[in-house]
Amino acid sequence: MPRSPQGVPRVPLYRDPKLRAVAYQVVLCAALGLLAWAAVRNAADNLAHAKITSGFGFWNVTAGFDISQTLIEYSAQSSTFGRAFWVGLTNTLLVAGLGIIFATLLGTAIGIARLSKNFLVERLASGYVELIRNVPVLLQLLFWYNAVLKALPDFANGFVLPGGVLLNNRGLYMPRPLGVDGWHVVAVLAAAALLGYAFNKLAGRSAGVWRSSAARFPITLLIVIGAPVVALLAMGAPLEFDYPQAGRFNVRGGVEVLPELVALLFGLVIYTAAFIAEVVRAGLMSVSRGQAEAAEALGLRRMQILRLIVIPQAMRVIIPPLTNQYLNLTKNSSLAVAIGYPDLVQIFTGTVLNITGQAIEVVVITMAVYLSFSLITSLVMNAYNARVALVER
Amino acid sequence: MRRFAHALSAAAATMVMAGFAYAGFAHVDLAHAGTLDTVKQRGSLNCGANGQLPGFGLPDAQGNWTGLDVDLCRAIAAAIFNDASKVKFVALTAKDRFTALQTGDVDVLVRNTTWTLLRDTQLGLNATGVNYYDGQGFIIRKSAKVNSALELNDATICVQQGTTTELNLADYFRANRMRLRSVTFATLDEAVRAYETDRCNAFTTDASGLYAVRLKLAKPDEHVVLPEIISKEPLGPFVRHGDDQWFDLVKWVHFAMLNAEELNVSKANVDEQLKSDNPEIKRMLGTEDNFGERLGLSKDWVYRIVKLVGNYGEVFDRNVGQGSQLKIARGLNALWTKGGVQYAPPIR
Repeated sequence: MPRSPQGVPRVPLYRDPKLRAVAYQVVLCAALGLLAWAAVRNAADNLAHAKITSGFGFWNVTAGFDISQTLIEYSAQSSTFGRAFWVGLTNTLLVAGLGIIFATLLGTAIGIARLSKNFLVERLASGYVELIRNVPVLLQLLFWYNAVLKALPDFANGFVLPGGVLLNNRGLYMPRPLGVDGWHVVAVLAAAALLGYAFNKLAGRSAGVWRSSAARFPITLLIVIGAPVVALLAMGAPLEFDYPQAGRFNVRGGVEVLPELVALLFGLVIYTAAFIAEVVRAGLMSVSRGQAEAAEALGLRRMQILRLIVIPQAMRVIIPPLTNQYLNLTKNSSLAVAIGYPDLVQIFTGTVLNITGQAIEVVVITMAVYLSFSLITSLVMNAYNARVALVER
Repeated sequence: MRRFAHALSAAAATMVMAGFAYAGFAHVDLAHAGTLDTVKQRGSLNCGANGQLPGFGLPDAQGNWTGLDVDLCRAIAAAIFNDASKVKFVALTAKDRFTALQTGDVDVLVRNTTWTLLRDTQLGLNATGVNYYDGQGFIIRKSAKVNSALELNDATICVQQGTTTELNLADYFRANRMRLRSVTFATLDEAVRAYETDRCNAFTTDASGLYAVRLKLAKPDEHVVLPEIISKEPLGPFVRHGDDQWFDLVKWVHFAMLNAEELNVSKANVDEQLKSDNPEIKRMLGTEDNFGERLGLSKDWVYRIVKLVGNYGEVFDRNVGQGSQLKIARGLNALWTKGGVQYAPPIR
């Protein structure tokens, strides 16, 4: 065997484990790359051969179809397919965002109720979870859609609620403040919430009377409610409202909430809440009884024990599976197509795909969107999890 | 460790080979594969049909399909196999129909599909003709007291997704300066159900579909079809682009049914007509010359179609015409000799 100058047996290059490890990985990557390239080329070739148009040129072509709910400016005659995509995206975000908020609230309440010592409350919560978890969500959506439509009176016999609010099976109509853009409202409310949160945090750190959360609460509330009022006054109150009014076929004016949105929210929230309830219950049960008993011995009240001792520790167990439920809710929102809610899948992989015939492009874009949603949700929740997780020192 | 490395290298080598193999096969010519040969080998025709539309394509409780479109598929099967039952029907939604044809899931799409320039050029498909001349209309409750589609300003309209209907609707309201509120559903049944629960004031689809939909409603008498026809909807079969033999075959099966009606050759008298002296009938039924061969079919292809399925008039009558529940008049779909626009080139 050949020897190196130092007298150690020399290993031939091809038997060098380090080199081999690198070589295998390079080969594997190259093979995967080639496979991906071949797949793309194959698809492109076949499309070209079958004379199927490909590319993203359709993005700037006039759409020409109507959409029932648009959060951003859109019109059939002048907007493009690209614009229709954004309409669908914002509609999906709306239902996913609202759904996550309501499902978390409802799910937490039911999770806590399942641990209640009250027999009736505990049984009801268990029954809810068992019933809802075991029925497919699509069926539930169809049920809620028909329930919403059938329960509400028709347009001619619609309810007139106080404050100029109208309700019938075409939707819920509320007065719309004139000269105020919907996005401004969202921005002001978000700013107020942020301001309140900041006060609560900063004041809580200071010494003295503000350390007590009970003392901070009224001030926080004042900020959250007061700031929008101040903003309103600054914009030149008193406001005028555009009241919804009955036309020949429909209510005109005001802010419109479609029954499709309500039914979709009902379905998704009620379904997801059942899962979140179980996640919350598992989290609460993971905190050892000794913790609560010790807090009781210190004289804390029941709500305080839950809020200050149990929930912060339970969060560590709750967050990761809760993230999964948020992702599920977002993905399930694509079932909207069954009940006529114009979400991304309905508009883009439905109408746009069919008109343009460009299935590959449209589906790839849509998949990329859902993937980004999921990754962003995971990112945010992981960051939050890192904060509440047990820090080992 | 070494064993693992070996396994890995084997896996990598396989991947590379698979990659090359895939790249090598990349140029298999899907579009030009002979559809007729494939169908013959398989022993049955895969036909993309509606599945929800009475008169055009609808299976009954026993799974027996009926309809004008369905019978065209049966006629194709009759011409190829001398057996009208050798068809596998695939129910397709408006939204999925083109993909199903493009990917080869079905050999022919006969699903009340409108022939448009875009569909002819962008989708890699070809329309072979028009088996039903249609136009879009509206159905509305009588209680709404609407007499014309022009009164529909601000009305909510239910519509099925993935159709030319969706686009015509927006066009019509825009052209007449009316405000449109549309609610779009994935399938016909869902859209109709929403209309029936009063989610919408009116429902729109092709006029033939409106009559079919009216039958589905709980109280058909409470609904009325408005007189306006707002678009041209030539409905016809589609095939994949690039297989001219198959394109010709599907096209001529429809023409054969029209020619048979024009020459008064029907299911009942076709055996008798075999003895006819009329040269046109002789050419058509294959008692003289052999035109079927030129389509890749047998000499008696039209005889098979008429004997097993019927001529166009018979098929129209039993599915959508006076012999059916729909009772739609022939109108534009009458033969050109009787004031309509159904006109077939001669078999010669």
